[in-house]
Amino acid sequence: MKEFTASVIKEFRHIFRDRRTILIAMVMPVVQIILFGFAVSTEVNDVRVAVCGDLVDPAVRNVVDRIDNNRYLRVSGSLSSPSEITGVFRRNEADVAVCFGRNFGGNLAPSGHAQVRIIGDGSDPNTAQMITGYIKGVIQSEQTDAEVAFAGERKASMVPVVQLMYNPAMKSSYNFVPGVMGLILMLICTMMTAVSIVREKETGTLELLLVSPVKPLWIMLSKMIPYLVLSAVNFATILLLSHYVMEVPVNGSLLLLCFAALVFVVTSLALGLLISVISPNQRTALLICGMGLTMPTMIFSGIIFPCESMPEVLQWFSDIIPAKWFIIIVKKIMIQGTGLVSAAKEMTILAGMAALLLAVSVKSFRTRLQ
Amino acid sequence: MERNAVEIRNLTKKFGDFTAVDNISFDVRKGEIFGFLGANGAGKTTAMRILCGLSLPTAGDGTVAGYDINTQQEKIKRHIGYMSQKFSLYPDLTVKENIRLFGGIYGLRDRQIREKTDALLGMLEMQSEKDKFAGSLPLGWKQKLAFSIAMIHDPEIIFLDEPTGGVDPETRRRFWEMIYDASEKGTTVFVTTHYMDEAEYCDRVSVMVDGRIAALDSPERLKSAYGADNMDEVFRIIVR
Repeated sequence: MKEFTASVIKEFRHIFRDRRTILIAMVMPVVQIILFGFAVSTEVNDVRVAVCGDLVDPAVRNVVDRIDNNRYLRVSGSLSSPSEITGVFRRNEADVAVCFGRNFGGNLAPSGHAQVRIIGDGSDPNTAQMITGYIKGVIQSEQTDAEVAFAGERKASMVPVVQLMYNPAMKSSYNFVPGVMGLILMLICTMMTAVSIVREKETGTLELLLVSPVKPLWIMLSKMIPYLVLSAVNFATILLLSHYVMEVPVNGSLLLLCFAALVFVVTSLALGLLISVISPNQRTALLICGMGLTMPTMIFSGIIFPCESMPEVLQWFSDIIPAKWFIIIVKKIMIQGTGLVSAAKEMTILAGMAALLLAVSVKSFRTRLQ
Repeated sequence: MERNAVEIRNLTKKFGDFTAVDNISFDVRKGEIFGFLGANGAGKTTAMRILCGLSLPTAGDGTVAGYDINTQQEKIKRHIGYMSQKFSLYPDLTVKENIRLFGGIYGLRDRQIREKTDALLGMLEMQSEKDKFAGSLPLGWKQKLAFSIAMIHDPEIIFLDEPTGGVDPETRRRFWEMIYDASEKGTTVFVTTHYMDEAEYCDRVSVMVDGRIAALDSPERLKSAYGADNMDEVFRIIVR
């Protein structure tokens, strides 16, 4: 045990001596959360709406007021003719335009044929789609209210009401916080462990440790422990930041969330050990981690692109990425607030991956020694 | 009769079809300085890894410090010291931390480590350098420190894998004084080297060629047997 403690202390010293590494490890999660939170946000926020139509018409007035009162939308100006829209978009004075047809109020009451057009800026299709969807919702709710007001001559019409559970405001932080969590834990545990072992392989100091009476497996464990502690700190940082700055709730059990993170961390550590066994030098280890892990994780774990819309073959591929399952679990526990039972399938898969990877990496590490 | 420090019988190590060590047998007497020579790829490193308990032989038996190389690797590791030219210290740890680390992983008690640290720093006259990073020391000092640290647990045998690579002859000579000191105190020294002048300093020398031991004797006898003036000539005749 004394031997083990000595090598754990050594590993901690290596990390704390290396200012750059510790800086990256501690600051990266904060920067990523802030970056994803404020810069790379896919939320609709403070949308400028240009309106075009007869603003004296009370029916038009109602809709415009409703738009202006929405917390995500703001009327930025009125246009006298639809031909001005192009110019407004080009000068970046509005994000979307709403054009009301001639005699809007007059057509609305008797015939129900009032026309309104929503014109979005398609140069940014994702945002445009979200904004137009939003405005459609606003207009629809106005219509429903208007129909109620015309009670008696009300036609039987069906108005779909879309309501998003768990994330009513469509905050993108609900999506990226679990994603960043998975990404950071994997980077810290896999990449840093692999690099730290391969570095000693390169300098030849690993030989020194192996020739000592400390058992090889304990040497590997002593290398993993500091990164386990580091990732626990990172996990806490991300959780606190996302809760207090991004206002992402933790609806489910915090304990269960921590347990899931632990299982994922073990998976990542085992992966790191495996990479260190197969890489002859640090560059290879970094390359494997970057191209073989980080990129597929970004693309296939559902952080950016939903897995469901991928071709079937790629969906199978995404199934072997541990981060995908961890992210699903985190979403279930944090945002949906479900318990162990509903995340049981993902938990089992992740634990299975952890056990398999650990067994394979320990075995291959042992054979390398012979 | 006292047992030998190392006894190797019919040791063979194969990697697939390639035979790195081919049926070698030799003894290393207690307290002697044993030179282990051979060109690159002759099987020196492989044989040495087996003796250090880092690798298992394909066939053959042997003991190191009285422990079986096939079954008692952990015990062997406890009773040998190891230093290699590549790097035997952690450059980002201070001199004191390096001593502590190796004292720790060889299972020394805290009190022993403190005593050893003081004794070692005193002997090397490095008291004022104890909080400097090992990486910032001159190469000669690093090697002396590495050697002392490899001896921290008073091993029966010390394995030196090309310990003096890349230093000038003067530093090398001073390093050999430390080796002689250790040998006089009864430690067996097992050393590999590229420098033939160093081979002259050994009590006995073995030369490996293609996985076999081609010659094994004291430098004087080898020189007279091959009719050579120095070990360099001997080595060239054998290897050719």
